[in-house]
Amino acid sequence: MKTKRTTLIATAAAALVAATGTLKADLLDVEKGTLKFGFIKLTDCAPIVIAKEKGYFDDEGLSVTVEAQGNWKELLNRVITGDLDGAHMLAGQPIGATVEFGIQADIMTAYSLDYNGNAITVSNDLWAKMKPNVPMKDGKPIHPITADSLKPITDAAVAENNKLKMGMVFPVSTHNYEIRYWLASAGIKPGFYYNPATGQVDVPGFLNGDVELSVTPPPQMPQTLEQGTIVGYCVGEPWNQQAVVKGIGVPVTTNYDIWKNNPEKVFGVSKEWAEANPNTWIAVTKALIRAGHWLDASPENRVEAAKILSQPNYVGAPFEVISSSMTGTFEFEKGDKREMPDFNVFFRYNASYPYYSDCVWFLTQMIRWGQITEQKPDSYFKEMAEKIYRPDVYMAAVKELIDDGAFTEEDFTDATATFEAGGYKPETTDFIDRKPYDGTKPNAYIQSFNIGLK
Amino acid sequence: METTATASTAIQAGQTTPKRKFSYSPNRVAHTLNKLGLGYFAPFARLIGKDEPAKQIREIVTNTVLPVVAFLIFVALWAITASTVKTDSVQIPTPHQSWYALTGTAIPGFPHPFPESIDGLTKPYFSENDGLDPKSINGFTQAETVAEETYFTSRQERVDKFMDRSKEAAAEGDPVKAAKYKENAEMFASKSYAGNKTFYDQIWISLLTVAIGFIIATVVAVPIGVLCGVSPMFNIAMNPLIQLFKPVSPLAWFPIVFVITTWGIDAPPSDSIWQRALFTSAGVVMLCSLWPTLINTAVGVASVDKDHLNVAKVLKLGWFKRIWKIVLPASLPLIFTGLRLSIGVGWMVLIAADMMAQNQGLGKFVWDMYQNGDIMSTAQIIVAVFVIGAVGFALDRVMLVFQRLVTFEEQSI
Repeated sequence: MKTKRTTLIATAAAALVAATGTLKADLLDVEKGTLKFGFIKLTDCAPIVIAKEKGYFDDEGLSVTVEAQGNWKELLNRVITGDLDGAHMLAGQPIGATVEFGIQADIMTAYSLDYNGNAITVSNDLWAKMKPNVPMKDGKPIHPITADSLKPITDAAVAENNKLKMGMVFPVSTHNYEIRYWLASAGIKPGFYYNPATGQVDVPGFLNGDVELSVTPPPQMPQTLEQGTIVGYCVGEPWNQQAVVKGIGVPVTTNYDIWKNNPEKVFGVSKEWAEANPNTWIAVTKALIRAGHWLDASPENRVEAAKILSQPNYVGAPFEVISSSMTGTFEFEKGDKREMPDFNVFFRYNASYPYYSDCVWFLTQMIRWGQITEQKPDSYFKEMAEKIYRPDVYMAAVKELIDDGAFTEEDFTDATATFEAGGYKPETTDFIDRKPYDGTKPNAYIQSFNIGLK
Repeated sequence: METTATASTAIQAGQTTPKRKFSYSPNRVAHTLNKLGLGYFAPFARLIGKDEPAKQIREIVTNTVLPVVAFLIFVALWAITASTVKTDSVQIPTPHQSWYALTGTAIPGFPHPFPESIDGLTKPYFSENDGLDPKSINGFTQAETVAEETYFTSRQERVDKFMDRSKEAAAEGDPVKAAKYKENAEMFASKSYAGNKTFYDQIWISLLTVAIGFIIATVVAVPIGVLCGVSPMFNIAMNPLIQLFKPVSPLAWFPIVFVITTWGIDAPPSDSIWQRALFTSAGVVMLCSLWPTLINTAVGVASVDKDHLNVAKVLKLGWFKRIWKIVLPASLPLIFTGLRLSIGVGWMVLIAADMMAQNQGLGKFVWDMYQNGDIMSTAQIIVAVFVIGAVGFALDRVMLVFQRLVTFEEQSI
């Protein structure tokens, strides 16, 4: 009896130590102790939510409120005006704002929230038409499904002057570039924002397109698809699994197949805020790194995270829908559930490190589709990446975490190596069309596309 | 001497008054109840006073049974609709689901309204929460209370830890560090819980927002209305502006108010209740709700009895005194009619204003639940609809009391 009690006390003590984990070293002198962060109802806001729920922000002496925002534009506006101290942002948002596409404001990021996590879903009708064109094995489609199966349908629609309408979540969102990449890799023109021949600028981005891609907020995607306003969309989780669970659509491909381990969301702050609160920024990054690490530490943690995220004040979708993709599986056609251990990556593969090459990729796509109307020299990309992405802040947080004793240097070998080698990923061909991409040679990359401005 | 005597009699009288036999006047009580907008209870008051009991009971039965029957028919129709209006992705929640979405427990004897959401979550998650579904309104509120307690426990641990370290550093002869750790401990001790807003918090924030908007609207509308009523010239000048802006939707005002509040108000600390979004929302409420007050004030002032104005002339009252002593009191009934209409409009536009401004009120609640896209969240929207209606009704009743207090003749509005 006595031993049992001692064990209990020991467990309680261990829990206590875990709860107040990083109290070994000194606290950072934070400039602002009370903060409010915004997020959009998507599973990849998880690091922010976990850092709050697990008390990682509290450990840094930060009182953080986490508040759902109506849409991406509103969220960005509130970061710019200072109503929010920082937010869950589309990787393209800080870049778009800084290069003055849509709205001008200097936004920076020191933390990449996650890799992958998106998928392209089409309506049941469109899938019925696409399915005969998809190569099959054992009665199941061979993955990745390319847009080749869609090409005859869009060609017919263009001939009838009745272009297919599809949804994505924001003009500078990863989803926009991903669905465009997927379509263009099969020779479908997704539409341009600018025509260099005439100088015409098209805000919706429909110019010379074979399909029309329009903006729909993520949580409204399934309803919009069901109402028939769009026939397909590219969005983050849980809104693809929601379509499967409710039987209104079929996810055909994930962005893991379009670009393996692509950057998805970042934690963005305004330049003004960053300059006024340098230590707070490091402290926040520390808490986020711990949260990202926790999320990738074990499958049990993922289940717990799905439970937390299903709370009505966070993502609020049913637990089953959230846990489906969070726990490493993805259901395509109803019943076709496949293992996708890397569908959501928060920390593994150095996922939380802000790579310059990721920033550069978005800039190349902005030029490709005419959101940036001029061609730029390679030096421009480097300059912009260094302005927006701040691995130095990330590394400062890493150093603090190692000093605290919460992590060892081995936990961050990739990050340290990348930082010392200049912050770019090596050349990769992990795209659906196997096209090589080297972040240090952006213009060569832009030239290599058949469809796209160059 | 005589004054003392009178005083003592007065004291004696004062002592005897409470001893006087309490007489219950059913008529007077019923009248007061009517005046307070609680006319429903008047027959009860008369019944207690044994004033025509048979008639009172008939009246109570009619007043109670009819609305209850109508409500039950409504609930039945609702239940039928809910089982019919259903697509793959959305459906209208049933009455039972809405009840569950509020309380977090099923009505005993009925099948569970959300069987799936029970399967997904493991048992301990419920038992931690007194068995209330944490996704329901009351379950979430309960979970927040628990989270707040947990927070203070862990806060105390942090404080203790840093105090210990401070003592250690002092013992090691490092006063600088010791002071620093002590400061850290104090910082932790000063922290408050940065919680999530519950539905009940959001009702209060909504009421606060409407109160601010309504007060500003009144302060703006009454003086302009008085000027319009007093001076036909001023009225002619203002009329086009009033007619132009009166029908504008809150959704159209929002972007303009947003610019003004962003320009005029510094971003407050994030734990402050005075968020910029609250003022944006209040501003929209103000712009939409000032018109009924303005117009009613103008009409009220313009239609003040000529005899009253002649009295003012005879007494040679100055302009300001004439307005204050004669015109305003005489036009109070209409001003209050305007105010009552204004608060109704204000409460109605608030939901839209909250949605746009992301103010943490009921509008944000509805929007967030809509975004959640879960059937339970749709059921919570139904709960919100009832609460919005009930609060709107209560506000109207309160204004009705004020309106009746300033109205001399019996008015049935």
